[in-house]
Amino acid sequence: MFFLKQIEDFFCYVGNIISFIKEIFYWLFTKKRDLKSLGREIIFVGIDSFFLVSLIALFIGMIIAFQTAYQLQQFKSEIHLASLVALSLVRELGPVIAALIVAARSGASITAGIGSMKISEQVDALEVFGVEPIDYLVVPKFIALVVCLPVLVIYADLLGIFGGYLVGSLKFSMPFGLYMRMTIESLGVIDIANGLVKSLFFGSIIAFVCCFEGFRPFSSIDVSKVVTRSIVRSFILIIVFDCILTAFFYFI
Amino acid sequence: MIKLNNVQRSFGEKNVLKGVNLNINKGETFLLIGRSGAGKTVLLKTILGLLRPDSGTISIDSQEITQLSKSRLEKIRLKFGLVFQNSALFDFLTVWENVSFFLKQHTDMSRKDMRKKVSQTLALVGLADIEDMYPYELSGGMRKRVAIARAIIYNPKIVIYDEPTTGIDPIAVDKIVSLIKDLHKRLSVTSLVVTHDLETGLKIADRVAFLLGGKIIFEGKKEDVKNTKDKRLLQFIQGVSGGPIKEMEV
Ligand SMILES: Nc1ncnc2c1ncn2[C@@H]1O[C@H](COP(=O)(O)OP(=O)(O)OP(=O)(O)O)[C@@H](O)[C@H]1O
Ligand SMILES: [Mg+2]
Repeated sequence: MFFLKQIEDFFCYVGNIISFIKEIFYWLFTKKRDLKSLGREIIFVGIDSFFLVSLIALFIGMIIAFQTAYQLQQFKSEIHLASLVALSLVRELGPVIAALIVAARSGASITAGIGSMKISEQVDALEVFGVEPIDYLVVPKFIALVVCLPVLVIYADLLGIFGGYLVGSLKFSMPFGLYMRMTIESLGVIDIANGLVKSLFFGSIIAFVCCFEGFRPFSSIDVSKVVTRSIVRSFILIIVFDCILTAFFYFI
Repeated sequence: MIKLNNVQRSFGEKNVLKGVNLNINKGETFLLIGRSGAGKTVLLKTILGLLRPDSGTISIDSQEITQLSKSRLEKIRLKFGLVFQNSALFDFLTVWENVSFFLKQHTDMSRKDMRKKVSQTLALVGLADIEDMYPYELSGGMRKRVAIARAIIYNPKIVIYDEPTTGIDPIAVDKIVSLIKDLHKRLSVTSLVVTHDLETGLKIADRVAFLLGGKIIFEGKKEDVKNTKDKRLLQFIQGVSGGPIKEMEV
């Protein structure tokens, strides 16, 4: 019986989140936005994760370069280092890393922010003043995440590639021009599209899950619970969708 | 203007409203009293459609609202101004942004006019020079008065005050009492005031209702309250713990 209850809860959750998403899209296209506050929101999300993304992308680039070089050594084909690093970053690691970082930083603060407004009745107050909370609180966050994530992903890709170059140049003394030429030659349009499509999906997932969870607490104890839950659920969904999208792009 | 018919609402096992009937006429100042935990706030939120009743009907200006869609309900809400019990100011906005919130969302008044209107409204509740502060920099009583200013700035037809005078010093209470009276006289707003501060309540009210045990057990004119024979109301007025209302009964 316990299992049945869990399954029922799961479908309830999915149903609720789908109608939540429908409402987000409804408001996204019905109302004009205040560009200034939207800009602030975007900058906020971007800056929030900028430092951590820089640091981790650079190191991940170097780590992949070492790991790839180690494997390539066995075939005496270290020359392919640049293209392998670029491909793993652009197709896979760049989007996932950026998304996980943004989920942990901005996602958590979005859930906590909306959650504390909910328990202090500020969400009710919005409704009393004839303002739809989804329109006022959620849609700007959604737009900010969907705009920021691709930008952060491209930035993470570039820094990661630079990290790879550091290894290539120090270990194998590859010249910068050669490394970059090999990087660019190895990347097709489809690889770049792959990374960007993923980042759009991940940005949306973070917005949907973290905002949805924000509306659920009834007390301040609940707020800490929903924050943890929204990060965990975003992580899981990001990885699951990464797998689905990777398979999709593999077969087309 | 506001008509409740057998409104019920429970939270899980707990029946809070067990069939409330209430009739608030246009232009009157109506006082709702009841013990702490009686369900006064729940009742107000049900009237505004923030909580849906389990059963019963509520009509505002002879329009039934319990079955309305969210967007239709939103239109009706614009008639209301609500002062939350805990103020519920937007803590990411300054005082002046809080008070002008409605004007900014629903009118295209210029910034300059808004600022002027905000400082006028703040003066009505006895506040000045706090426009650029954030809510956390204010005392509880100041927050409450800002919340009152925020609720009345757009001249809503019905103003609901949830405990407007608790936590406020006597001089400011007097200011608020005369404000509520004045709004009533000048703009003939309908006011619904919830409080357990009966003395202040009776200064402003035309009619009074007493919520006990999830039902309205008394509804009548202010004068009727003073001459009441109802033992439970008498006990509430006199504020004694022994009597027909048990200590734990709300
Ligand atoms: N969201 C909720 N979930 C569960 N129970 C609730 C909820 N809101 C209110 N209640 C219950 O309803 C009852 C009435 O609460 P309400 O806040 O309306 O009291 P009140 O009359 O406004 O009291 P006070 O004068 O102290 O403000 C309380 O016993 C409370 O436990
Ligand atoms: Mg209350």
